[in-house]
Amino acid sequence: MTSTAGVPPVSTHDTTAVKPRGRKLTGYWLILPGAIWLGLFFVIPFYSLVSASLYDPAGSVLTGYEMTWHVANFADAIGQYKVQIGRSLLYAGSATALCLVIGYVLAYAIAFKSGRWKNLMLVLVIAPFFTSFLLRTLSWKLILADDGWVVDTAQALHLTNVLNLIGLTSTDDRLLATPFAVIAGLTYNFLPFMVLPLYASLEKVDIRLIEASSDLYASPIRGFFKVTFPLSLPGVVAGTLLTFIPAAGDYINAELLGDTNTRMVGNVIQNLFTAQGDYAAAGALSVTLMVIIVGAVLVYVRTAGTEELV
Amino acid sequence: MSQAAEATTSSVRSGSRDLRLSKLTKEFATFTAVKSLDLVVPQGQFFALLGPSGCGKTTTLRMVAGLDTPTSGTIHLGDTEVTYEKPYKRPVNTVFQSYALFPHLSIADNVAFGLKRRGVKDVKQQVADMLDLVELTSQAHKKPNQLSGGQQQRVALARALINKPEVLLLDEPLGALDLKLRRGMQLELKRIQTEVGLTFVHVTHDQEEAMTMADTVAVMNQGVIEQMGAPSELYENPRTTFVANFLGQSNLIAGQIEGRDGDRVTVRVQGSLASVRGERAHSDSGEGWLGIRPEKVLIAETGQPIDAPGDVITGGYITDVSFVGVSTQYRVMMPWGQELMVFEQNTGARPMLPVGTKVDVSWRPEFAFLLDASQDAKAGIEED
Amino acid sequence: MNSLVRARRWVGQHLILGLGLLVLAYTFVPIAIVVLMSFNDSSESRNVYKFQEFTLDHWLHPGSWASGMSESVWLSIQIALLATLVATILGTLAAFALVRHRFAGRSAANLIIFLPMASPEIVMGSSLLALFVSSGFGGQLGFWTILIAHIMFCLSFVIVTVKARLSGLDDNLEQAAMDLYATEAQTFWRVTLPLVLPGIVGAALLSFSLSFDDFIITNLNAGQSVTFPMFVWGANQRGVPMEVNVIGTAMFLISIAIVLAAEVARRRQSKALAA
Repeated sequence: MTSTAGVPPVSTHDTTAVKPRGRKLTGYWLILPGAIWLGLFFVIPFYSLVSASLYDPAGSVLTGYEMTWHVANFADAIGQYKVQIGRSLLYAGSATALCLVIGYVLAYAIAFKSGRWKNLMLVLVIAPFFTSFLLRTLSWKLILADDGWVVDTAQALHLTNVLNLIGLTSTDDRLLATPFAVIAGLTYNFLPFMVLPLYASLEKVDIRLIEASSDLYASPIRGFFKVTFPLSLPGVVAGTLLTFIPAAGDYINAELLGDTNTRMVGNVIQNLFTAQGDYAAAGALSVTLMVIIVGAVLVYVRTAGTEELV
Repeated sequence: MSQAAEATTSSVRSGSRDLRLSKLTKEFATFTAVKSLDLVVPQGQFFALLGPSGCGKTTTLRMVAGLDTPTSGTIHLGDTEVTYEKPYKRPVNTVFQSYALFPHLSIADNVAFGLKRRGVKDVKQQVADMLDLVELTSQAHKKPNQLSGGQQQRVALARALINKPEVLLLDEPLGALDLKLRRGMQLELKRIQTEVGLTFVHVTHDQEEAMTMADTVAVMNQGVIEQMGAPSELYENPRTTFVANFLGQSNLIAGQIEGRDGDRVTVRVQGSLASVRGERAHSDSGEGWLGIRPEKVLIAETGQPIDAPGDVITGGYITDVSFVGVSTQYRVMMPWGQELMVFEQNTGARPMLPVGTKVDVSWRPEFAFLLDASQDAKAGIEED
Repeated sequence: MNSLVRARRWVGQHLILGLGLLVLAYTFVPIAIVVLMSFNDSSESRNVYKFQEFTLDHWLHPGSWASGMSESVWLSIQIALLATLVATILGTLAAFALVRHRFAGRSAANLIIFLPMASPEIVMGSSLLALFVSSGFGGQLGFWTILIAHIMFCLSFVIVTVKARLSGLDDNLEQAAMDLYATEAQTFWRVTLPLVLPGIVGAALLSFSLSFDDFIITNLNAGQSVTFPMFVWGANQRGVPMEVNVIGTAMFLISIAIVLAAEVARRRQSKALAA
């Protein structure tokens, strides 16, 4: 008993105990089908997308598309839709921040306070995945409806005034069809993407380290910020990425819960592709979105990385 | 070794900052871990709480640290009651069994952690001094997982010591180290304790470790302290069968107590009479266990003289011999069907006796002790 | 003093749990509304998305569903089943390759598997569309292009899920099997596969719901086909028929039933082991 209990748990990072083995070629054969699929339908399409973004903008579904290396598509797309791009980043960023706060509470509760209900709570976290994304988002239409109790309560508490003041709503009596509704929808829909990596990180935090910090004069709050939170940083990084990226590209929430003033870049791309057939502009905008996201992710990971994660 | 003397001197200079536990009790849902424990640890002592796993020693330690709340009873440091004080408000620090080093902080930051939390501004020099004390100066900027087990253990010690706690709690701190390293660390810990002069409370299940290091050892079993005292005293004069068996090994022979006669108690053991010194007799009448340590038992081939003034018991024969280097350990089957253990120093005076040899055994009466027979003779024997 | 301390500790202990449960409750409010709305008779006015009158009609009479809905559900089920089947097989093979075999390009493979999960759907969807159009399939968007897309994005999730299960597996178990005279094939079928199976089943469930639920990528590559999410999207422009909530509720209940059954089986197994 003592020998197992005495193993220092400090090196909690995964060392991938299972050694890869087997004959050399077997690995290739096993991975080949999946790799081909991803290569053909994930990697190569990026090339097609970049090509499409350089098409002659005069092309259409009827006249066909021509490769003319029209780099100006990018300038045009960015110039024309910079508002929507900025809005996407702002909404996704706000939703991610909200998810982090709300999700941290839930992940912390599951990791440290749930006892024998841990598995059940985890199931409940992913349960929303099993109900249609669209239907759940439509539900928010009902919840935030103009004559609903949420609006009434928010008005009674003067929350609507506050939201109006900071520009998240435009009138005092509506929540639906406002930036607030879109951000609330994004927050709701992508919360599980935040909770799961946070939980995975928090669960690995050795409870004895928290006890040790308490023994070393750290109050619970300081102990949290000095020990628990730093140790959960990998989860924070993963969670914010997994929330921010899909949220930035989403247009369902903006369409169902917002109005014409809450259009995000996803709405524009979708519209350009399907309704207008303007593949050049849509491609350019899509590539732009991807570049912005990759850039933001790199900067973010690098910043978080200076903390020297274990 | 003058541990007994040391124990006396340290209790003499014990001041107002003794650690006092009164009627301390901790009940969990299904069992009572600690039962109405009364204990005083004098200031500046190296105190060991010794017992098998599950005896309540770690729970006691955690209550002193503030990591567990007692069900009832009180904990005092000097005149201050700290029973319900938050762990981060007590002048008590712990060296955790797992070390619990913060993996995201460097060694230096780990050591500085407690001082910084208490708002100490310039910690650099103190950290440097402390790392110097545990000989880890060159490792200051490494992360805990880059260090060996022994080094991690020293960081854990430094991280607690730097706060100059009134009581330092050590929760099996050497458990994860291999035997050789453990010996070294035991001496090291003892040296540091003497140097800094703090009260150390050391929890361990390793009786050898407790005896080498501590001024006073308290043997704990099933939530209560069975006996407390200097290591030599516990060893030579155990009060219960548990202590007799848990601390070293004992031969316990059933006997009929004849009565007390002045400073001596006489016991009838398997037909012959044996006497036990008064202060070593922990029962006066009825059935009793006559105890004798294996190394105190002398052995000789039947008919050969035995160098002891005690009674000689004949009729035994050797059933097992193990050679362990410094000594030879015999098992001797006695006429009444009990096997006695006999350890003999390998002085080279006589060749090893083979299995089956008919032998006589004897011991000096002053080494024997007498225990109440209502106790289980096998209590405290660690099962393999 | 004692009871006061304990009361305070109790509050401290349960405050965060309470907040966590509150967050969970919040995630369930919209689901509750979906369930509620499946019993809503909205024949009076379709344009208002609110509860009007209780009815069981949507559940009992699928024949009365809005035109095109049943077809869209059937299409979604077909695609989800096929996508799950293919993605689970390909993904499981790839997971074994990544955990159990060392080969050049392993880290590159890991990266490419991670990327689909970290790319915005709109970008993946438009890339695929660009590929289909530029390679001359622009006119044939429909069932097969949707299926290709779904297999693509399910694949990564399958690989990651099975990989997690596989690398959590104690290596010694397989070594013990071989030590006890099991050949490599026997070891795989009798030890490895049964142990990894929960991961594979979980991955399949995840694939099915991801595929059934996908809208953004599907919408770009569907041509004239209409999957269930696309039907809901289209209906939203005119007023959502309440019967769509029947599908949402049924999906939710079936998934939860499967997950709970798995959990109960797991508990029973561990209890049997403990006894």
